[in-house]
Amino acid sequence: MPLATPELPHRDRHREAVIRVRGLEVGFGERTIMKGLDLDVYRGEILGFVGASGTGKSVLTRAILGLVPKRAGTIEVFGENVDGLSPASRRAIERRWGVLFQFGALFSALTVKENVQVPMREYLHLSDRLLDELAMLKIEMVGLNPDAADKLPSELSGGMIKRAALARALALDPEILFLDEPTSGLDPIGAGEFDDLIATLQRTLGLTVFMVTHDLDSLHTVCDRIAALGEGRIIAAGTIDTMLKSDHPWLKAYFRGKRARGVMTANEA
Amino acid sequence: MATDLLREPQITIERAGAERRAILTGRWTAEQAAAIERCAAALAAEAGDSRRVLLDLSHVERLDTLGAWVLDRTRHELGTAGRAVDFVGASPEHTILLNEVAYRGFQPRPATRRNRLYDVLVEVGENVVRAGKDFAGGISFLGEVMTALVRVATRPRRFRGASLVHQLELVAFRGVPIIALISFLVGCIVAQQGIFQLQRFGATPFVVDLIGILTLRELGVLLTAIMIAGRSGSAFTAEIGSMKMREEIDALRVMGLDPIEVLIVPRLLALVIAMPMLTFLSDLAALYGGGLVAWIYGGVSPDVFLSRLRAAIQLNTFLVGIIKAPFMALIIGLIASMEGLAVQGSAESLGRHVTSSVVKAIFMVIVVDGVFAMFFAAIRY
Repeated sequence: MPLATPELPHRDRHREAVIRVRGLEVGFGERTIMKGLDLDVYRGEILGFVGASGTGKSVLTRAILGLVPKRAGTIEVFGENVDGLSPASRRAIERRWGVLFQFGALFSALTVKENVQVPMREYLHLSDRLLDELAMLKIEMVGLNPDAADKLPSELSGGMIKRAALARALALDPEILFLDEPTSGLDPIGAGEFDDLIATLQRTLGLTVFMVTHDLDSLHTVCDRIAALGEGRIIAAGTIDTMLKSDHPWLKAYFRGKRARGVMTANEA
Repeated sequence: MATDLLREPQITIERAGAERRAILTGRWTAEQAAAIERCAAALAAEAGDSRRVLLDLSHVERLDTLGAWVLDRTRHELGTAGRAVDFVGASPEHTILLNEVAYRGFQPRPATRRNRLYDVLVEVGENVVRAGKDFAGGISFLGEVMTALVRVATRPRRFRGASLVHQLELVAFRGVPIIALISFLVGCIVAQQGIFQLQRFGATPFVVDLIGILTLRELGVLLTAIMIAGRSGSAFTAEIGSMKMREEIDALRVMGLDPIEVLIVPRLLALVIAMPMLTFLSDLAALYGGGLVAWIYGGVSPDVFLSRLRAAIQLNTFLVGIIKAPFMALIIGLIASMEGLAVQGSAESLGRHVTSSVVKAIFMVIVVDGVFAMFFAAIRY
């Protein structure tokens, strides 16, 4: 089967793919969102995932997470096909990934600390002291003030909600982190800090990051590799240079448009 | 099992004079939390009188934030007890992780354990104050609604007729089946119980008086009010509350529209118009149900039922019920709107206010019904 990601740098072929999607088809009713989509996410990389609005970036993420049913194709996570899994091994895989939803999806009835503790209580047997300390540690790791721990999500600003949600996504020391537009709705400084935070956490915790984003700054500064979705498949995947060299009209418009040039000159300066 | 045993975190301590060398093996990850804490406690105990402790991490299989945290916490605790602790043989990744989670004390919040009795008293006091504020808020809200009504009345072009008709359809028309059914059933039940009790005195025909007076004065309007509070009051609170949550109310305000005029006046008016109509319907349904049961169980034929009913009730019996209806509507509508506007950002808050809207409305409806009963008794109506 021909790979739809022909522009992979050579070295990537030897790396371990933690997520391997082959021939994925997803649709709702009459509408087919994607067909014959192939995608690899390698261990230890930050993959930026771009695509025009409505091309199905979120749908693909949700399909990998098992929130949206697929019509055809296979999805392998950590080398295991997710279709044939028993509920127990399915849960074991879910334990190994963390998800940051676009709007945080914090449980509104719980404080930030309790939100972070939800997955810990569910999966781990910790003493009360450790439970508290670990939650506070994660809250500090994402750059939140300890005072925020006892606040309810409705009392937080947009940036704090993202950080709190990231702390919850990191609660179980996941190996893969899914981020859905992590910097949307943040001011440029906040977005830059968030990018740095993700890069730091990725290094210290050895994470693999799958990041859906529209933020050209994020793509330039933190992403190791970029995959572009369009026409229901991956148009191109590779480093930012690959993207810049591509002749695909949408990629040209995206990476070499007016806004992109501004980012590039800023990065070169 | 053997592999699991190998993976369990373990600590082997070698003594060399005043120095201890602790060799850590296994997986120091969150699944092994209990074993990790046991190891840390053992290490603290074993450190004894030593001056220096070396933690050898070179045989650790895996380390995550929890493992690193407990290790660094132990290092810190031994350090404060006057023992130098150093990590040796840590791989670069482990070093990064240990630095990242470096121990810092989290001040536990001061536990405020007070006297139970004191807490109960505080709570009672707070609730009394809150109830008082609710009442004052209700009066002031009523005032706001009235001013909005006057504004609309003086400038009829600002009146939202379409909205009123829409609300009337939802409140009155769609509410007919359930209210008629419930009233019919309650009418049946009251008649049946009445017959059973009155039979013993040979006074079966008086069941007609019982049903007629009870239904028209009290049951019809109460049943309707309770059903409306559950059906429409909760819907109002949820609608207005979710609009509040998503800043739609603020959007109306910045457009120069008065949310009370736009959202609440049409709903309140719809309730006030619908309630007497539905009460009338409920009266009919309950009387019909009662008559049917009286015929089947008590042998009171429809002719007898009608003539006795005419003798038993007067116009004022009917009016006592109907007069109350608009007041009930006003109470339900005001409580529902106030609760809706009090919703804060979270889904939980919405749920709490919808519940409290229904509970408060039903409570107030019954209280007001009692007040009306005393009033009508006093004026002998």
